Parts: sequence; structure tokens; C-alpha cells
Amino acid sequence: MNVWLSAFRRVGNMVTEGVWRLGFATRFLGLILLYSGQSLRRVHLTIREIYFSGVLSLLIIVVSGLFVGLVLGLQGYETLQRFGSGDALGVLVALSLTRELGPVVAGLLFASRAGSAVTAEVGLMKTTEQLKAMDMMAVNPIARVAAPRFWGGVIAMPLLAAIFTAMGIFGGWLIGVVVIGVDAGAFWSQMQAAVDFRYDILNGVIKSVVFGVAVSLIAVFEGYDCHPTAEGISRAITRTVVSSALAILALDFVLTSFMFRGTS
Amino acid sequence: MSRTTLDIWVGIFVLVGIGALFFLALRVGNVSSVDLTDAYTVRGQFDNIGGLKVRAPVKSAGVVVGRVNDIRFDTNSYRAVVEMSIAREFEFPRDTIASILTSGLLGEQYIGLDPGGDVENLQNGDMLQITQSAIVLEKLIGQFLFDRAAADKD
Repeated sequence: MNVWLSAFRRVGNMVTEGVWRLGFATRFLGLILLYSGQSLRRVHLTIREIYFSGVLSLLIIVVSGLFVGLVLGLQGYETLQRFGSGDALGVLVALSLTRELGPVVAGLLFASRAGSAVTAEVGLMKTTEQLKAMDMMAVNPIARVAAPRFWGGVIAMPLLAAIFTAMGIFGGWLIGVVVIGVDAGAFWSQMQAAVDFRYDILNGVIKSVVFGVAVSLIAVFEGYDCHPTAEGISRAITRTVVSSALAILALDFVLTSFMFRGTS
Repeated sequence: MSRTTLDIWVGIFVLVGIGALFFLALRVGNVSSVDLTDAYTVRGQFDNIGGLKVRAPVKSAGVVVGRVNDIRFDTNSYRAVVEMSIAREFEFPRDTIASILTSGLLGEQYIGLDPGGDVENLQNGDMLQITQSAIVLEKLIGQFLFDRAAADKD
């Protein structure tokens, strides 16, 4: 009886805790937006964060984009040539990268490379009571710490996704045209005929902006909300990576069903 | 506030990112070959639209002049009503024939417009009078077998 009761209590506690944190995160987003004016006036703070979350993520984004493109080129050609349409390789590579793989994989990499770093940094600031000290000195920690990190991520993410997609298409071209020998003209012209700027590319960019907002908010919030202990920081980082990945995949499904709902 | 080495890296990063976007826009995608912001819509009734989809191209002489907006089923005539928007710059006579064609053997289906000889042009909201349905492969094969059987009997 007692076991059941405690299990029941634990589930209830988890639910209220989750709702509580969701509400706090929403209020946190509101506060970040409210104090953004203050922190954008000191724009070098945001530029610093673009450097940390964007520039330092470039290497992993470029390399993994290239490899994803190489794999898409190999696998796509292998499947397409069974139907005698190896020339359509460019279409396959470009559409799958611009619509899905670009924003999603770049988002996942961004969450684990930059999001976790932001959480660790903010969490350690909280643990060493730097945030409280700022408050004491009448420096608003949300305007000084949270907002620049948030905006840095939101600006860096679409750029990273675009670089990822471009590198992926380059990888597909490398395998398809240079190694396998698909006709270069067919590769590019069929790609250009099939990929629409507004429908495919712009929707991909919108996706990456949404993922950027989600990942940055989760990263900053988890750092800000962590238990001020060593274990608390490590848990917050884990939560950042896990919930960012879940948020990206769930949001991707929602956005895809809005943007590319099957025709007719 | 002075410039730092960090700024140049951020500058390079932003440039590369915007460059990648331009590469995607110019080299990978096409900024819709027809501009449909200024367009007029016409409708046509078809007995069978085959695999025609919304957003399929509307072509005349092989050039894309518009897109399919909407496909509905008309319960009065039991036919499919296809609504398409055509860019304002392309005008067609009122007796234009719309037919559903396939690009290549297994390619996507599109609407082909064959201009007629009427002096008046199509207006927004007009109904195309003469249409030609999609060719359904099964029916074609059925017809062929039927004709062969009839021929063998003779």
C-alpha cells in the first residue's frame, strides 16, 4: 500500500514539477524578450556569444555536413540507379538537405556543441553566485547573461544550418559527379528545376530559426534553473541535450506537417 | 569600445552563412520561374485528372505559365474541377484547350494549354470549355487488348 502511495506521489510530483518548469520557462522567455532592448544596446555581448556558439561550431557543422552529403550521394545513387534515374541524384540530395536534414541535423549538433556549453557556463555562474552578485550590483543578470546568449544562438543557428546544407550539397556533388560520374549538367539542372526557393529553401530557413529559438531558450533556461551544485550542473547539461533533441524532432514534425502537407 | 580579433571571426562566420544562403538560393533553387503574385485564375472540368497534384505546373508550348491552385470534386457533374492561376503577363484566347499531360514516361503530370483562335482573352474566373483528361494507363491497355481481341476474331 505504502509503495503504491509513494509511486503515485512521485508521478504527481513529476507532473507538477514539469508544468511548473514549463510556466517558468515561458516567463523566462518573456523576460528575455523584455530585456533584449537593454542588452542589444551593448551589442558586443551578443557578438561574443555568436562567436562562442556560431564560429566555434563551424568545424563540426562543416565536417558533418560534408559527410552527410557524401553518404546521401552514395546511398541515393545506389537506390536511384535501380530505377534508371541516377541523374535525379541532385534532386534527392538537395531536397532532403534543404527541407529536413539541414535544419534538423544542424540543430542537433548545435544543441550538443553550443547548447551544452551555454548551460554549463550559466549553470556555473549560478553555482558560484555570480548571478546573485550581479543582481546585488544592480546589473540585471537576464539582460547581461541570458539575453545575449539567447540572441547569439538564434542568430547563429540559421547560418549554421545554411552552411550545413551547402556543404551537404557539395558532398553530394563530390560523390555523384566527381567520383561516380553522374552528368554534371543533369545534376545541377534537375536540382534547380525541382527545388523552389520559397517552398523548399525558405521553409528550411524558417525551420532552422525555430530550432534556434528552441535550443537557445532551453540551453539558457536549464543553466539558469539548475541546482547550484556540481551534480546539478551536470544534470542540467544532460537535460539541455535531451530536451533540445526532443524539441527539435517534435517541432520538426509539427512544422513539416504545416509546410509540406501532401498535395491534394 | 574597440575592435577585437573576435569581431573578425564573427564577421567571417556571418559572411560564410549568408554566402551559403545565396548559394542555396541561386545555385540550388530557382526563384519560382513564374511570378504568380499578379495572376488570374481559371477553372476547367476534367473527367479524370489522373495523378495531377496541387502546385503542378501549367505549361503552354513547354513553358511554365502558372500553377494548379486547387482540385475539387463537383458533385453535380461528377467531374473534377481544377483551378489554376496563370501569370497576368500570359494571356490566352477563350477557346484554349486544357489537357492533362505527363512529362516523360513516369514523370509528374501537368496541365498543357493549347491556345485556340478566339479574339477575346480569358478573364479571371473563366471556365475552360474544352478539356482533355489524363490518359490512364490501365484503360489504355484495356482498350488495346480489347481491340486485339476484336481483330483476332475477324
